[in-house]
Amino acid sequence: MITNKEIQKIAGLARIKLNVKEENKFKKELSSILEYIDKLNKIDTENVEPLYQTIEISNALRPDRHRKDFEINEKLHKNLIGQAPHSQNGFIKVKSIINKK
Amino acid sequence: MISGFTIKSVREGIAKGHFSSEEIFKVYAEKIKKENKKLNAYLSVFEAKKTDLPREEQGELYGVPSAIKDNMLIEGTTCTAGSKILKKYKSTFDATVIDKLSKAGAQFLGKTNMDEFAMGTSTENSAFGPTKNPHDLKRVPGGSSGGSAAAVAADLAVFALGSDTGGSIRQPASFCGVVGFKPSYGRVSRHGLIAMASSLDQIGPITKNVEDAALIFEKIAGYDKFDSTTLNKSVPEVSKKLNFDIKGIKIGLPKEFFGKGLSPEVEEAIKASVRKLEETGCIIEEVSLPNFENALAVYYIIVPSEVSSNLARFDGIRYGHSSKKSPTLSDVYLNSRSEGFGPESKRRIILGTYALSSGYYDAYYLKAQKVRALLKKDFDNVFKKVDVIVGPVSPTTAFKIGEKASDPLSLYLEDIYTVPVNLAGLPGISVPCGLSKESKMPIGFQIIGKYFDEETIFRLAYHLEETLK
Repeated sequence: MITNKEIQKIAGLARIKLNVKEENKFKKELSSILEYIDKLNKIDTENVEPLYQTIEISNALRPDRHRKDFEINEKLHKNLIGQAPHSQNGFIKVKSIINKK
Repeated sequence: MISGFTIKSVREGIAKGHFSSEEIFKVYAEKIKKENKKLNAYLSVFEAKKTDLPREEQGELYGVPSAIKDNMLIEGTTCTAGSKILKKYKSTFDATVIDKLSKAGAQFLGKTNMDEFAMGTSTENSAFGPTKNPHDLKRVPGGSSGGSAAAVAADLAVFALGSDTGGSIRQPASFCGVVGFKPSYGRVSRHGLIAMASSLDQIGPITKNVEDAALIFEKIAGYDKFDSTTLNKSVPEVSKKLNFDIKGIKIGLPKEFFGKGLSPEVEEAIKASVRKLEETGCIIEEVSLPNFENALAVYYIIVPSEVSSNLARFDGIRYGHSSKKSPTLSDVYLNSRSEGFGPESKRRIILGTYALSSGYYDAYYLKAQKVRALLKKDFDNVFKKVDVIVGPVSPTTAFKIGEKASDPLSLYLEDIYTVPVNLAGLPGISVPCGLSKESKMPIGFQIIGKYFDEETIFRLAYHLEETLK
């Protein structure tokens, strides 16, 4: 059984704030999902290589050159930066990270 | 009234001058206006574009009105992925599949409803309300591409695009009585598809018949320099080979498919279709996928892990919902994500973060990828003996809205026959094969093919469809 403390820690790592109701609900649900998932630990996977993806490509490389597929112009710039909640002089504006004291 | 169009009949209608590209669009737009309220299949609709081209410039899909799942970008239009966090997001470019369909002449009616970020099997996880099944408005259309499947089933589009990570094209197609096809992993570009679980996501068609699915597959497949997981292999002209003889094709019937949890009426319909294929000259053989029963557990480690990583980009800084009442940067992240994501997204992000966290990585994530390798090996072994594998798409027919909403695990079990296909990267189709005697809801027949052998699936599906007519 996963604990409330663990749920809070994991949610914090994922930058999600949970209220008490959510915390208790997720604790119950995640515990039953984890219990279901746990059956994998009974399977012998000694000497089995993990399969991360199913295509035969291992590395898809391209020449390190500007492809000019997406040229930034005024319109694209506006559409991209314009969706940020705060921007200034064509840049995305964020809150200060270090507080002046 | 003009209705019930397929790609072929739209093409013929335009060629014979019965209607123009703009007129057929308006017929569908009107119908959507009237009927979407009760179905909630579309989240947004578009205006007709002036596209009346001279005959020689018309592509193969010229004028065909289509619906696009709301996780694929169409430049300048809203793309929500079924989430409040992207409610006002405007696409800045066309997805590769959209570009390809546009070049072939297809028209876009609008964007369809879906479970938030494609996580779900009923569209009940959409932030914009569930879609209803056109066969019974009290029931779910399946998911996550429920809006696309419902739109095609109700003839509110000639065809639709969906995306399939663990069954999200095939299961709603099965629930709505239409055809749904998931291509091999690496066949169709995901550039411009909002990512859910990148090692599994594929885009595919939802259509009224097998021929249309083949036509759309040919148009959207192929290498794309914007998606490094697409393979540079030629796309077979499957639509021209549909009526090729299927005598002698070897069909594997996994014994594990017919166990606990499968409803008797689905089992009966599947076995009846298998007998039809046998009568047509196919050879039926019992096979075994010993790791089938572990696939779902593998899936529910890998998917949340990839989700937790892919959804990290939604932070309220660059686009999407941004919480206004946040004094510090850290509050912007926390509040924007907490306000913007729905319960299933939060559940999977937390589960994935847990599975990937230090101390648990080996026990969950690495273990799952190893069992995934065993499952793939099971398929490889079976495909040494047979050409295709067949079985159910879902253990049940469409269930009632709200029936399973309180228990996420019971919803996850809906995917039991579809997730192994994604984990192994294989192509699969759902073809309607009958109705439930009790509820009159559609049942889907699944055909799973060898990696990159979409052709055999389509031929078999086409013959089954013909036989059942």
